[in-house]
Amino acid sequence: MSPLVYTRYELLRTLRNRRFFILAIAFPLVLFFLVAGPNRNVHDFDGTGISAPLYFMVGYASFGTMSAMLSCGARIAAERSVGWTRQLRISPLSPRAYFRTKVLTGYMMAAITLVALYAAGVSLGVSLHARGWLEMTGLLLIGLIPFAALGITLGHMFTPESIGPAMGGGVALLALLGGTFFPLGHHGFLPELAQYLPSYWLVQAGHVGAGGQAWPAKGWIVVAAWTIVLGRLAARAYRRDTGRV
Amino acid sequence: MTGSLPADAHAPEGPPEIELSGLVKSFQGPEGPIRAVRGVDVRIAAGETVALLGPNGAGKSTTIDMLLGLLAPDAGTVSVFGRPPSQAIARGAIGAMLQTGALIRDLSVRELVAMMASLYPAPLEVGEVLEITGVNEIAAQRTQKLSGGQTQRVRFAIALVSNPQLLVLDEPTVAMDVEGRHTFWTTMRQFAARGKTVLFATHYLEEADAYADRAVLMAHGHIVADGPTNEIKAMVGSRTIRATLAQVDTDALAALPGVSSAERRGESVALTCADSDAAIRALLAAYPRARDIEIAAAGLEQAFLALTGDGVQTEGGASVATVAPHGAGEGSAGR
Repeated sequence: MSPLVYTRYELLRTLRNRRFFILAIAFPLVLFFLVAGPNRNVHDFDGTGISAPLYFMVGYASFGTMSAMLSCGARIAAERSVGWTRQLRISPLSPRAYFRTKVLTGYMMAAITLVALYAAGVSLGVSLHARGWLEMTGLLLIGLIPFAALGITLGHMFTPESIGPAMGGGVALLALLGGTFFPLGHHGFLPELAQYLPSYWLVQAGHVGAGGQAWPAKGWIVVAAWTIVLGRLAARAYRRDTGRV
Repeated sequence: MTGSLPADAHAPEGPPEIELSGLVKSFQGPEGPIRAVRGVDVRIAAGETVALLGPNGAGKSTTIDMLLGLLAPDAGTVSVFGRPPSQAIARGAIGAMLQTGALIRDLSVRELVAMMASLYPAPLEVGEVLEITGVNEIAAQRTQKLSGGQTQRVRFAIALVSNPQLLVLDEPTVAMDVEGRHTFWTTMRQFAARGKTVLFATHYLEEADAYADRAVLMAHGHIVADGPTNEIKAMVGSRTIRATLAQVDTDALAALPGVSSAERRGESVALTCADSDAAIRALLAAYPRARDIEIAAAGLEQAFLALTGDGVQTEGGASVATVAPHGAGEGSAGR
Protein backbone atom coordinates (compact mmCIF):
# COMPACT_ATOMS: atom_id res chain seq x y z
CA MET A 1 0.00 0.00 0.00
CA SER A 2 1.47 3.29 -1.00
CA PRO A 3 -0.33 6.57 -0.39
CA LEU A 4 2.54 8.32 -2.16
CA VAL A 5 1.80 6.64 -5.48
CA TYR A 6 -1.84 7.52 -5.09
CA THR A 7 -1.02 11.17 -4.36
CA ARG A 8 1.38 11.32 -7.28
CA TYR A 9 -1.34 10.23 -9.72
CA GLU A 10 -3.79 12.62 -8.15
CA LEU A 11 -1.32 15.42 -8.71
CA LEU A 12 -0.71 14.32 -12.28
CA ARG A 13 -4.45 14.44 -12.94
CA THR A 14 -4.68 17.96 -11.62
CA LEU A 15 -1.72 19.17 -13.63
CA ARG A 16 -3.41 17.87 -16.77
CA ASN A 17 -6.52 19.89 -16.06
CA ARG A 18 -6.44 23.02 -18.17
CA ARG A 19 -9.16 24.78 -16.22
CA PHE A 20 -6.93 24.86 -13.18
CA PHE A 21 -4.21 26.74 -15.00
CA ILE A 22 -6.62 29.29 -16.34
CA LEU A 23 -8.41 29.93 -13.06
CA ALA A 24 -5.57 29.68 -10.58
CA ILE A 25 -2.57 30.87 -12.61
CA ALA A 26 -3.26 32.57 -15.94
CA PHE A 27 -6.14 34.72 -14.72
CA PRO A 28 -4.41 36.15 -11.62
CA LEU A 29 -1.17 36.63 -13.56
CA VAL A 30 -2.80 38.64 -16.32
CA LEU A 31 -4.75 40.76 -13.83
CA PHE A 32 -1.60 41.33 -11.81
CA PHE A 33 0.30 42.73 -14.79
CA LEU A 34 -2.67 44.84 -15.88
CA VAL A 35 -3.16 46.42 -12.47
CA ALA A 36 0.34 46.48 -11.00
CA GLY A 37 2.15 47.36 -14.25
CA PRO A 38 1.00 51.00 -14.39
CA ASN A 39 1.65 51.41 -10.64
CA ARG A 40 5.06 49.77 -10.54
CA ASN A 41 6.77 52.86 -9.13
CA VAL A 42 4.30 53.53 -6.31
CA HIS A 43 6.25 52.79 -3.15
CA ASP A 44 3.61 53.43 -0.54
CA PHE A 45 0.43 52.15 -2.12
CA ASP A 46 -2.70 53.88 -0.86
CA GLY A 47 -1.39 54.25 2.67
CA THR A 48 -0.72 50.52 3.11
CA GLY A 49 2.96 51.09 3.74
CA ILE A 50 4.01 48.63 1.03
CA SER A 51 4.69 49.09 -2.68
CA ALA A 52 1.95 48.65 -5.26
CA PRO A 53 3.60 45.62 -6.96
CA LEU A 54 4.02 43.86 -3.58
CA TYR A 55 0.43 44.65 -2.61
CA PHE A 56 -0.98 43.33 -5.85
CA MET A 57 1.38 40.38 -5.96
CA VAL A 58 0.09 39.16 -2.61
CA GLY A 59 -3.47 40.12 -3.53
CA TYR A 60 -3.51 38.10 -6.73
CA ALA A 61 -1.53 35.30 -5.15
CA SER A 62 -4.30 35.11 -2.54
CA PHE A 63 -6.88 35.07 -5.27
CA GLY A 64 -5.12 32.33 -7.24
CA THR A 65 -4.33 30.17 -4.22
CA MET A 66 -7.89 30.47 -2.89
CA SER A 67 -9.06 29.21 -6.28
CA ALA A 68 -6.47 26.43 -6.21
CA MET A 69 -7.60 25.24 -2.79
CA LEU A 70 -11.29 25.42 -3.61
CA SER A 71 -10.73 23.48 -6.81
CA CYS A 72 -10.28 20.46 -4.50
CA GLY A 73 -13.99 20.85 -3.97
CA ALA A 74 -14.69 20.81 -7.69
CA ARG A 75 -12.78 17.54 -8.01
CA ILE A 76 -14.64 16.02 -5.07
CA ALA A 77 -17.98 17.05 -6.61
CA ALA A 78 -16.96 15.51 -9.93
CA GLU A 79 -15.84 12.27 -8.28
CA ARG A 80 -19.06 12.02 -6.31
CA SER A 81 -21.21 12.54 -9.38
CA VAL A 82 -19.58 9.76 -11.42
CA GLY A 83 -19.72 7.31 -8.51
CA TRP A 84 -15.97 7.30 -7.98
CA THR A 85 -16.39 8.12 -4.30
CA ARG A 86 -18.30 4.85 -3.91
CA GLN A 87 -15.53 2.99 -5.70
CA LEU A 88 -13.02 4.47 -3.24
CA ARG A 89 -15.21 3.61 -0.26
CA ILE A 90 -14.82 -0.07 -1.13
CA SER A 91 -11.05 0.29 -1.28
CA PRO A 92 -8.67 0.44 1.70
CA LEU A 93 -8.21 4.19 1.16
CA SER A 94 -9.64 5.78 4.30
CA PRO A 95 -11.74 8.96 4.06
CA ARG A 96 -9.01 10.69 6.05
CA ALA A 97 -6.37 9.68 3.52
CA TYR A 98 -8.66 10.70 0.67
CA PHE A 99 -9.08 14.20 2.07
CA ARG A 100 -5.40 14.44 2.96
CA THR A 101 -4.55 13.71 -0.66
CA LYS A 102 -7.02 16.29 -1.91
CA VAL A 103 -5.71 18.97 0.45
CA LEU A 104 -2.10 18.13 -0.38
CA THR A 105 -2.90 18.40 -4.08
CA GLY A 106 -4.58 21.75 -3.45
CA TYR A 107 -1.42 22.94 -1.69
CA MET A 108 0.81 21.76 -4.51
CA MET A 109 -1.32 23.73 -6.93
CA ALA A 110 -1.26 26.74 -4.61
CA ALA A 111 2.53 26.48 -4.53
CA ILE A 112 2.67 26.65 -8.31
CA THR A 113 0.45 29.73 -8.24
CA LEU A 114 2.68 31.33 -5.62
CA VAL A 115 5.86 30.70 -7.59
CA ALA A 116 4.28 32.16 -10.74
CA LEU A 117 3.10 35.30 -8.98
CA TYR A 118 6.33 35.75 -7.03
CA ALA A 119 8.20 35.62 -10.33
CA ALA A 120 5.78 38.15 -11.82
CA GLY A 121 6.20 40.36 -8.73
CA VAL A 122 9.98 40.26 -8.93
CA SER A 123 9.78 41.21 -12.60
CA LEU A 124 7.98 44.38 -11.50
CA GLY A 125 10.56 45.19 -8.85
CA VAL A 126 9.28 43.45 -5.72
CA SER A 127 12.20 42.73 -3.48
CA LEU A 128 12.18 41.21 -0.03
CA HIS A 129 14.76 39.64 2.24
CA ALA A 130 14.86 35.87 2.17
CA ARG A 131 13.22 35.89 5.58
CA GLY A 132 10.46 38.12 4.28
CA TRP A 133 9.67 35.75 1.42
CA LEU A 134 9.66 32.77 3.76
CA GLU A 135 7.51 34.44 6.37
CA MET A 136 5.04 35.67 3.78
CA THR A 137 4.84 32.23 2.15
CA GLY A 138 4.37 30.56 5.51
CA LEU A 139 1.51 32.89 6.42
CA LEU A 140 -0.15 32.39 3.04
CA LEU A 141 0.03 28.62 3.41
CA ILE A 142 -1.42 28.76 6.92
CA GLY A 143 -4.10 31.22 5.80
CA LEU A 144 -5.20 28.70 3.17
CA ILE A 145 -6.16 26.00 5.68
CA PRO A 146 -9.75 27.26 6.07
CA PHE A 147 -10.08 27.25 2.29
CA ALA A 148 -9.13 23.59 2.14
CA ALA A 149 -12.00 22.84 4.53
CA LEU A 150 -14.31 25.11 2.54
CA GLY A 151 -13.41 23.25 -0.65
CA ILE A 152 -14.28 19.89 0.92
CA THR A 153 -17.57 21.29 2.23
CA LEU A 154 -18.59 22.75 -1.13
CA GLY A 155 -17.52 19.57 -2.88
CA HIS A 156 -20.08 17.61 -0.88
CA MET A 157 -22.86 20.17 -1.22
CA PHE A 158 -22.78 21.01 -4.91
CA THR A 159 -23.02 19.16 -8.20
CA PRO A 160 -20.17 19.50 -10.71
CA GLU A 161 -22.40 21.81 -12.77
CA SER A 162 -23.22 24.18 -9.95
CA ILE A 163 -19.92 24.18 -8.10
CA GLY A 164 -18.18 26.31 -10.75
CA PRO A 165 -20.39 29.37 -10.25
CA ALA A 166 -20.54 28.75 -6.49
CA MET A 167 -16.74 28.69 -6.26
CA GLY A 168 -16.17 31.55 -8.68
CA GLY A 169 -18.72 33.71 -6.88
CA GLY A 170 -17.42 32.72 -3.46
CA VAL A 171 -13.81 33.45 -4.30
CA ALA A 172 -14.70 36.77 -5.95
CA LEU A 173 -16.78 37.87 -2.97
CA LEU A 174 -14.19 36.82 -0.39
CA ALA A 175 -11.47 38.49 -2.46
CA LEU A 176 -13.41 41.70 -2.87
CA LEU A 177 -14.38 41.96 0.80
CA GLY A 178 -10.96 40.86 1.97
CA GLY A 179 -9.12 43.62 0.13
CA THR A 180 -7.52 41.35 -2.43
CA PHE A 181 -8.09 43.62 -5.40
CA PHE A 182 -7.69 47.03 -3.72
CA PRO A 183 -7.03 48.29 -0.19
CA LEU A 184 -10.13 48.78 1.92
CA GLY A 185 -8.88 51.88 3.77
CA HIS A 186 -9.00 52.18 7.51
CA HIS A 187 -12.38 53.58 8.32
CA GLY A 188 -15.97 52.46 8.01
CA PHE A 189 -17.81 49.19 7.95
CA LEU A 190 -15.94 47.34 5.19
CA PRO A 191 -12.46 47.32 6.72
CA GLU A 192 -14.04 46.37 10.03
CA LEU A 193 -15.89 43.44 8.47
CA ALA A 194 -12.88 42.38 6.42
CA GLN A 195 -10.87 41.56 9.54
CA TYR A 196 -13.22 38.68 10.23
CA LEU A 197 -12.72 37.10 6.81
CA PRO A 198 -10.03 34.52 6.09
CA SER A 199 -9.27 36.16 2.74
CA TYR A 200 -8.28 39.42 4.49
CA TRP A 201 -5.49 37.69 6.37
CA LEU A 202 -4.10 36.12 3.24
CA VAL A 203 -3.65 39.61 1.81
CA GLN A 204 -2.17 40.86 5.09
CA ALA A 205 0.66 38.36 4.71
CA GLY A 206 2.14 40.89 2.28
CA HIS A 207 2.78 43.28 5.14
CA VAL A 208 5.91 41.44 6.11
CA GLY A 209 7.32 43.62 3.33
CA ALA A 210 6.75 46.65 5.54
CA GLY A 211 9.05 45.14 8.10
CA GLY A 212 6.43 44.76 10.76
CA GLN A 213 4.43 41.84 12.00
CA ALA A 214 2.03 40.70 9.30
CA TRP A 215 -0.50 39.01 11.53
CA PRO A 216 -1.41 40.32 14.97
CA ALA A 217 -3.07 37.91 17.42
CA LYS A 218 -6.41 38.73 15.85
CA GLY A 219 -5.28 37.30 12.51
CA TRP A 220 -4.31 33.98 14.06
CA ILE A 221 -7.58 33.80 15.98
CA VAL A 222 -9.73 34.55 12.93
CA VAL A 223 -7.92 31.98 10.79
CA ALA A 224 -8.10 29.37 13.55
CA ALA A 225 -11.81 30.03 14.09
CA TRP A 226 -12.58 29.65 10.39
CA THR A 227 -10.54 26.46 10.29
CA ILE A 228 -12.52 24.95 13.14
CA VAL A 229 -15.93 26.04 11.84
CA LEU A 230 -15.31 25.03 8.24
CA GLY A 231 -13.61 21.82 9.35
CA ARG A 232 -16.75 20.86 11.28
CA LEU A 233 -18.92 21.75 8.30
CA ALA A 234 -16.72 19.66 6.02
CA ALA A 235 -16.99 16.64 8.33
CA ARG A 236 -20.76 17.04 8.53
CA ALA A 237 -21.14 17.46 4.76
CA TYR A 238 -19.07 14.31 4.25
CA ARG A 239 -21.11 12.27 6.73
CA ARG A 240 -24.41 13.39 5.27
CA ASP A 241 -23.17 12.45 1.84
CA THR A 242 -22.09 8.90 2.59
CA GLY A 243 -25.53 7.41 2.20
CA ARG A 244 -26.33 6.15 -1.25
CA VAL A 245 -24.47 8.65 -3.45
CA MET B 1 -35.85 -30.56 2.72
CA THR B 2 -38.66 -31.92 0.58
CA GLY B 3 -39.41 -29.57 -2.25
CA SER B 4 -36.56 -27.25 -1.47
CA LEU B 5 -33.31 -27.01 -3.28
CA PRO B 6 -30.53 -28.72 -1.38
CA ALA B 7 -28.17 -25.77 -1.40
CA ASP B 8 -26.30 -27.02 1.63
CA ALA B 9 -25.35 -30.23 -0.08
CA HIS B 10 -23.61 -28.29 -2.83
CA ALA B 11 -21.95 -25.62 -0.78
CA PRO B 12 -18.26 -26.29 -0.28
CA GLU B 13 -17.22 -27.31 3.21
CA GLY B 14 -15.83 -24.90 5.70
CA PRO B 15 -17.07 -21.83 7.51
CA PRO B 16 -19.01 -19.29 5.42
CA GLU B 17 -17.04 -16.36 4.09
CA ILE B 18 -20.10 -14.23 3.66
CA GLU B 19 -23.05 -14.35 5.96
CA LEU B 20 -26.07 -12.15 5.42
CA SER B 21 -28.66 -12.61 8.15
CA GLY B 22 -32.13 -11.10 8.19
CA LEU B 23 -31.20 -8.12 6.05
CA VAL B 24 -33.93 -5.51 5.72
CA LYS B 25 -33.72 -2.15 3.97
CA SER B 26 -36.33 0.42 3.05
CA PHE B 27 -35.96 3.69 1.22
CA GLN B 28 -38.12 6.74 1.45
CA GLY B 29 -39.88 7.02 -1.91
CA PRO B 30 -42.21 9.73 -3.15
CA GLU B 31 -45.20 7.49 -2.36
CA GLY B 32 -44.13 6.21 1.01
CA PRO B 33 -41.39 3.79 1.94
CA ILE B 34 -40.05 1.35 -0.64
CA ARG B 35 -39.19 -1.95 0.96
CA ALA B 36 -36.25 -2.85 -1.23
CA VAL B 37 -34.95 -5.80 0.83
CA ARG B 38 -37.32 -7.67 3.11
CA GLY B 39 -35.36 -10.28 5.00
CA VAL B 40 -32.45 -11.79 3.11
CA ASP B 41 -30.40 -14.67 4.48
CA VAL B 42 -27.48 -15.98 2.45
CA ARG B 43 -24.34 -17.86 3.31
CA ILE B 44 -21.54 -18.19 0.84
CA ALA B 45 -18.56 -20.44 1.41
CA ALA B 46 -14.99 -19.81 0.32
CA GLY B 47 -14.40 -20.56 -3.34
CA GLU B 48 -18.03 -20.50 -4.42
CA THR B 49 -19.19 -18.58 -7.47
CA VAL B 50 -22.71 -17.43 -6.75
CA ALA B 51 -25.14 -15.56 -8.98
CA LEU B 52 -27.62 -13.22 -7.38
CA LEU B 53 -30.35 -13.54 -9.93
CA GLY B 54 -33.48 -11.48 -10.24
CA PRO B 55 -35.39 -9.00 -12.35
CA ASN B 56 -34.80 -5.26 -12.03
CA GLY B 57 -36.06 -3.96 -8.73
CA ALA B 58 -35.64 -7.30 -6.96
CA GLY B 59 -33.31 -5.79 -4.38
CA LYS B 60 -30.04 -7.19 -5.74
CA SER B 61 -28.09 -3.92 -5.75
CA THR B 62 -29.39 -2.91 -2.35
CA THR B 63 -28.28 -6.28 -0.97
CA ILE B 64 -24.86 -5.87 -2.55
CA ASP B 65 -24.51 -2.33 -1.22
CA MET B 66 -25.20 -3.66 2.28
CA LEU B 67 -22.74 -6.51 1.77
CA LEU B 68 -20.08 -3.95 0.85
CA GLY B 69 -20.94 -1.65 3.73
CA LEU B 70 -22.03 1.16 1.41
CA LEU B 71 -25.49 1.04 2.97
CA ALA B 72 -26.40 0.35 6.56
CA PRO B 73 -29.19 -2.23 6.87
CA ASP B 74 -32.34 -1.28 8.78
CA ALA B 75 -32.19 -4.71 10.40
CA GLY B 76 -29.98 -7.77 10.14
CA THR B 77 -26.24 -8.27 10.00
CA VAL B 78 -23.52 -8.63 7.41
CA SER B 79 -20.38 -10.55 8.10
CA VAL B 80 -17.53 -10.96 5.64
CA PHE B 81 -14.70 -13.26 6.72
CA GLY B 82 -16.33 -13.19 10.15
CA ARG B 83 -16.12 -9.43 10.47
CA PRO B 84 -18.07 -6.33 9.51
CA PRO B 85 -17.55 -5.45 5.83
CA SER B 86 -15.65 -2.26 6.66
CA GLN B 87 -12.84 -4.31 8.19
CA ALA B 88 -12.63 -6.62 5.20
CA ILE B 89 -12.49 -3.57 2.95
CA ALA B 90 -9.79 -1.91 5.03
CA ARG B 91 -7.74 -5.09 4.60
CA GLY B 92 -8.21 -4.92 0.86
CA ALA B 93 -9.96 -8.29 0.82
CA ILE B 94 -12.91 -7.23 -1.34
CA GLY B 95 -12.83 -6.12 -4.94
CA ALA B 96 -16.03 -4.89 -6.48
CA MET B 97 -17.52 -3.59 -9.65
CA LEU B 98 -20.57 -1.55 -8.76
CA GLN B 99 -23.56 -1.30 -11.02
CA THR B 100 -23.10 2.34 -11.87
CA GLY B 101 -20.05 4.47 -11.97
CA ALA B 102 -17.75 6.14 -14.42
CA LEU B 103 -14.02 6.71 -14.18
CA ILE B 104 -12.17 9.78 -13.06
CA ARG B 105 -10.68 11.79 -15.92
CA ASP B 106 -7.23 13.03 -16.89
CA LEU B 107 -5.42 9.73 -16.45
CA SER B 108 -4.61 7.00 -18.92
CA VAL B 109 -6.17 3.59 -18.39
CA ARG B 110 -2.84 2.17 -17.26
CA GLU B 111 -2.26 5.05 -14.84
CA LEU B 112 -5.72 4.69 -13.33
CA VAL B 113 -5.34 0.96 -12.79
CA ALA B 114 -1.88 1.53 -11.27
CA MET B 115 -3.30 4.26 -9.05
CA MET B 116 -5.92 1.89 -7.68
CA ALA B 117 -3.43 -0.98 -7.38
CA SER B 118 -1.30 1.21 -5.13
CA LEU B 119 -4.05 1.21 -2.50
CA TYR B 120 -3.98 -2.55 -1.92
CA PRO B 121 -1.59 -4.68 0.12
CA ALA B 122 -1.04 -7.42 -2.47
CA PRO B 123 -2.20 -6.22 -5.89
CA LEU B 124 -1.82 -8.15 -9.10
CA GLU B 125 0.67 -6.92 -11.63
CA VAL B 126 -0.89 -4.02 -13.58
CA GLY B 127 0.35 -5.23 -16.97
CA GLU B 128 -1.07 -8.69 -16.38
CA VAL B 129 -4.47 -7.30 -15.41
CA LEU B 130 -4.59 -5.02 -18.46
CA GLU B 131 -3.82 -8.07 -20.56
CA ILE B 132 -6.42 -10.44 -19.12
CA THR B 133 -9.21 -7.85 -19.06
CA GLY B 134 -8.60 -6.98 -22.70
CA VAL B 135 -7.73 -3.33 -22.18
CA ASN B 136 -4.11 -3.53 -23.26
CA GLU B 137 -4.75 -1.83 -26.59
CA ILE B 138 -6.43 1.12 -24.86
CA ALA B 139 -3.94 1.29 -21.98
CA ALA B 140 -2.53 4.62 -23.15
CA GLN B 141 -5.90 6.26 -23.76
CA ARG B 142 -7.31 8.87 -21.43
CA THR B 143 -10.20 7.56 -19.37
CA GLN B 144 -12.60 10.29 -20.52
CA LYS B 145 -12.31 9.08 -24.13
CA LEU B 146 -13.55 5.52 -23.64
CA SER B 147 -16.77 3.95 -24.87
CA GLY B 148 -19.28 2.48 -22.45
CA GLY B 149 -18.05 -1.06 -23.00
CA GLN B 150 -14.40 -0.03 -22.63
CA THR B 151 -15.23 1.78 -19.41
CA GLN B 152 -16.82 -1.40 -18.04
CA ARG B 153 -13.72 -3.39 -18.88
CA VAL B 154 -11.49 -0.85 -17.13
CA ARG B 155 -13.76 -1.01 -14.09
CA PHE B 156 -13.36 -4.75 -14.13
CA ALA B 157 -9.58 -4.30 -14.33
CA ILE B 158 -9.77 -2.06 -11.26
CA ALA B 159 -11.77 -4.69 -9.36
CA LEU B 160 -9.31 -7.43 -10.33
CA VAL B 161 -6.05 -5.58 -9.76
CA SER B 162 -6.81 -5.45 -6.05
CA ASN B 163 -6.41 -9.25 -6.06
CA PRO B 164 -9.30 -9.69 -3.64
CA GLN B 165 -10.35 -12.82 -1.82
CA LEU B 166 -13.95 -11.89 -2.60
CA LEU B 167 -14.98 -10.40 -5.91
CA VAL B 168 -18.39 -8.74 -6.09
CA LEU B 169 -19.84 -7.77 -9.47
CA ASP B 170 -23.15 -5.92 -9.77
CA GLU B 171 -24.63 -6.46 -13.24
CA PRO B 172 -21.18 -6.19 -14.75
CA THR B 173 -21.94 -6.83 -18.42
CA VAL B 174 -24.76 -4.37 -18.92
CA ALA B 175 -22.92 -1.97 -21.25
CA MET B 176 -20.84 -4.63 -23.02
CA ASP B 177 -21.19 -6.05 -26.50
CA VAL B 178 -21.32 -9.81 -27.10
CA GLU B 179 -17.58 -10.21 -27.54
CA GLY B 180 -16.90 -8.05 -24.50
CA ARG B 181 -19.19 -10.24 -22.42
CA HIS B 182 -17.47 -13.39 -23.54
CA THR B 183 -14.02 -12.06 -22.63
CA PHE B 184 -15.38 -10.75 -19.36
CA TRP B 185 -16.83 -14.04 -18.19
CA THR B 186 -13.82 -16.05 -19.35
CA THR B 187 -11.61 -13.79 -17.25
CA MET B 188 -13.96 -14.02 -14.31
CA ARG B 189 -13.86 -17.82 -14.46
CA GLN B 190 -10.06 -17.82 -14.56
CA PHE B 191 -9.99 -15.58 -11.53
CA ALA B 192 -12.51 -17.74 -9.67
CA ALA B 193 -10.38 -20.79 -10.49
CA ARG B 194 -7.62 -19.36 -8.27
CA GLY B 195 -9.83 -20.29 -5.33
CA LYS B 196 -11.50 -16.91 -5.08
CA THR B 197 -15.08 -16.34 -4.00
CA VAL B 198 -17.24 -14.53 -6.53
CA LEU B 199 -20.71 -13.07 -6.13
CA PHE B 200 -22.31 -11.48 -9.15
CA ALA B 201 -25.72 -9.95 -9.70
CA THR B 202 -27.46 -10.44 -13.01
CA HIS B 203 -30.89 -10.47 -14.51
CA TYR B 204 -29.81 -12.90 -17.23
CA LEU B 205 -30.57 -16.51 -16.42
CA GLU B 206 -28.03 -17.55 -19.09
CA GLU B 207 -25.24 -15.75 -17.26
CA ALA B 208 -26.14 -17.37 -13.96
CA ASP B 209 -26.40 -20.76 -15.64
CA ALA B 210 -23.16 -20.54 -17.55
CA TYR B 211 -20.88 -18.91 -15.00
CA ALA B 212 -22.12 -19.64 -11.48
CA ASP B 213 -22.12 -22.81 -9.37
CA ARG B 214 -25.10 -21.64 -7.46
CA ALA B 215 -27.88 -19.14 -7.97
CA VAL B 216 -29.76 -17.18 -5.39
CA LEU B 217 -33.04 -15.95 -6.83
CA MET B 218 -34.41 -12.68 -5.59
CA ALA B 219 -37.78 -11.12 -6.26
CA HIS B 220 -39.42 -8.21 -4.50
CA GLY B 221 -36.81 -8.08 -1.80
CA HIS B 222 -37.02 -11.76 -0.90
CA ILE B 223 -34.98 -14.78 -1.74
CA VAL B 224 -37.37 -17.08 -3.56
CA ALA B 225 -34.97 -19.90 -4.34
CA ASP B 226 -31.37 -20.83 -3.66
CA GLY B 227 -29.57 -23.75 -5.19
CA PRO B 228 -27.34 -25.16 -7.92
CA THR B 229 -27.79 -23.28 -11.17
CA ASN B 230 -29.04 -26.27 -13.17
CA GLU B 231 -31.89 -26.77 -10.74
CA ILE B 232 -32.72 -23.09 -10.70
CA LYS B 233 -32.67 -23.13 -14.46
CA ALA B 234 -35.12 -26.01 -14.54
CA MET B 235 -37.39 -24.04 -12.25
CA VAL B 236 -37.43 -20.80 -14.19
CA GLY B 237 -35.95 -21.67 -17.55
CA SER B 238 -39.04 -22.38 -19.62
CA ARG B 239 -38.73 -21.53 -23.30
CA THR B 240 -41.20 -20.36 -25.85
CA ILE B 241 -41.37 -21.67 -29.41
CA ARG B 242 -43.05 -19.33 -31.88
CA ALA B 243 -43.95 -20.43 -35.36
CA THR B 244 -46.24 -19.56 -38.23
CA LEU B 245 -48.60 -22.49 -38.45
CA ALA B 246 -52.17 -21.97 -39.63
CA GLN B 247 -55.16 -24.22 -39.06
CA VAL B 248 -53.89 -26.36 -36.24
CA ASP B 249 -55.82 -26.70 -33.05
CA THR B 250 -54.03 -25.33 -29.97
CA ASP B 251 -55.15 -28.35 -27.95
CA ALA B 252 -53.30 -30.61 -30.34
CA LEU B 253 -50.19 -28.44 -30.01
CA ALA B 254 -50.43 -28.38 -26.24
CA ALA B 255 -50.47 -32.16 -26.27
CA LEU B 256 -47.07 -32.38 -27.97
CA PRO B 257 -44.19 -33.72 -25.84
CA GLY B 258 -42.38 -31.00 -23.90
CA VAL B 259 -45.12 -28.42 -24.42
CA SER B 260 -46.91 -27.14 -21.37
CA SER B 261 -49.32 -24.73 -23.07
CA ALA B 262 -50.13 -23.33 -26.49
CA GLU B 263 -51.61 -20.06 -27.65
CA ARG B 264 -52.67 -18.79 -31.04
CA ARG B 265 -52.45 -15.26 -32.41
CA GLY B 266 -53.75 -15.24 -35.95
CA GLU B 267 -51.42 -17.28 -38.15
CA SER B 268 -48.81 -17.73 -35.47
CA VAL B 269 -48.67 -19.93 -32.44
CA ALA B 270 -46.69 -19.66 -29.23
CA LEU B 271 -45.81 -22.81 -27.31
CA THR B 272 -44.57 -22.55 -23.75
CA CYS B 273 -42.24 -25.48 -23.21
CA ALA B 274 -40.76 -27.23 -20.25
CA ASP B 275 -38.48 -29.11 -22.67
CA SER B 276 -38.05 -27.09 -25.84
CA ASP B 277 -35.71 -29.68 -27.43
CA ALA B 278 -38.35 -32.39 -27.29
CA ALA B 279 -41.06 -29.93 -28.28
CA ILE B 280 -39.35 -28.67 -31.42
CA ARG B 281 -38.63 -32.20 -32.66
CA ALA B 282 -42.23 -33.21 -32.08
CA LEU B 283 -43.55 -30.05 -33.67
CA LEU B 284 -41.53 -30.47 -36.87
CA ALA B 285 -42.31 -34.16 -37.07
CA ALA B 286 -46.03 -33.53 -36.75
CA TYR B 287 -46.23 -30.28 -38.74
CA PRO B 288 -43.37 -30.00 -41.25
CA ARG B 289 -44.94 -26.86 -42.73
CA ALA B 290 -44.34 -24.83 -39.54
CA ARG B 291 -42.12 -21.91 -40.50
CA ASP B 292 -40.57 -18.69 -39.10
CA ILE B 293 -39.59 -20.69 -36.04
CA GLU B 294 -38.12 -18.88 -33.06
CA ILE B 295 -37.11 -20.38 -29.76
CA ALA B 296 -36.64 -17.93 -26.94
CA ALA B 297 -35.97 -18.24 -23.26
CA ALA B 298 -38.73 -16.80 -21.17
CA GLY B 299 -37.83 -13.51 -19.57
CA LEU B 300 -36.88 -13.70 -15.96
CA GLU B 301 -39.84 -11.52 -15.05
CA GLN B 302 -42.21 -14.09 -16.56
CA ALA B 303 -40.33 -16.91 -14.95
CA PHE B 304 -40.54 -15.21 -11.60
CA LEU B 305 -44.23 -14.67 -12.00
CA ALA B 306 -44.62 -18.36 -12.67
CA LEU B 307 -42.47 -19.18 -9.69
CA THR B 308 -43.85 -16.79 -7.15
CA GLY B 309 -47.45 -16.35 -8.29
CA ASP B 310 -49.20 -13.12 -9.16
CA GLY B 311 -49.70 -12.28 -5.53
CA VAL B 312 -46.17 -11.04 -5.37
CA GLN B 313 -47.13 -8.14 -7.57
CA THR B 314 -49.23 -6.62 -4.83
CA GLU B 315 -47.33 -4.72 -2.21
CA GLY B 316 -47.70 -5.52 1.44
CA GLY B 317 -47.82 -8.45 3.78
CA ALA B 318 -49.90 -10.67 1.53
CA SER B 319 -47.00 -11.13 -0.85
CA VAL B 320 -44.89 -12.81 1.77
CA ALA B 321 -47.50 -15.45 2.34
CA THR B 322 -47.80 -16.05 -1.37
CA VAL B 323 -44.07 -16.41 -1.78
CA ALA B 324 -43.52 -18.76 1.09
CA PRO B 325 -44.91 -21.99 -0.36
CA HIS B 326 -42.94 -21.51 -3.57
CA GLY B 327 -39.90 -20.04 -1.93
CA ALA B 328 -39.04 -23.17 -0.03
CA GLY B 329 -35.43 -22.52 -0.85
CA GLU B 330 -35.59 -19.32 1.09
CA GLY B 331 -33.06 -19.42 3.83
CA SER B 332 -32.30 -23.06 3.15
CA ALA B 333 -28.64 -22.23 2.76
CA GLY B 334 -28.67 -21.00 6.29
CA ARG B 335 -29.94 -24.21 7.83
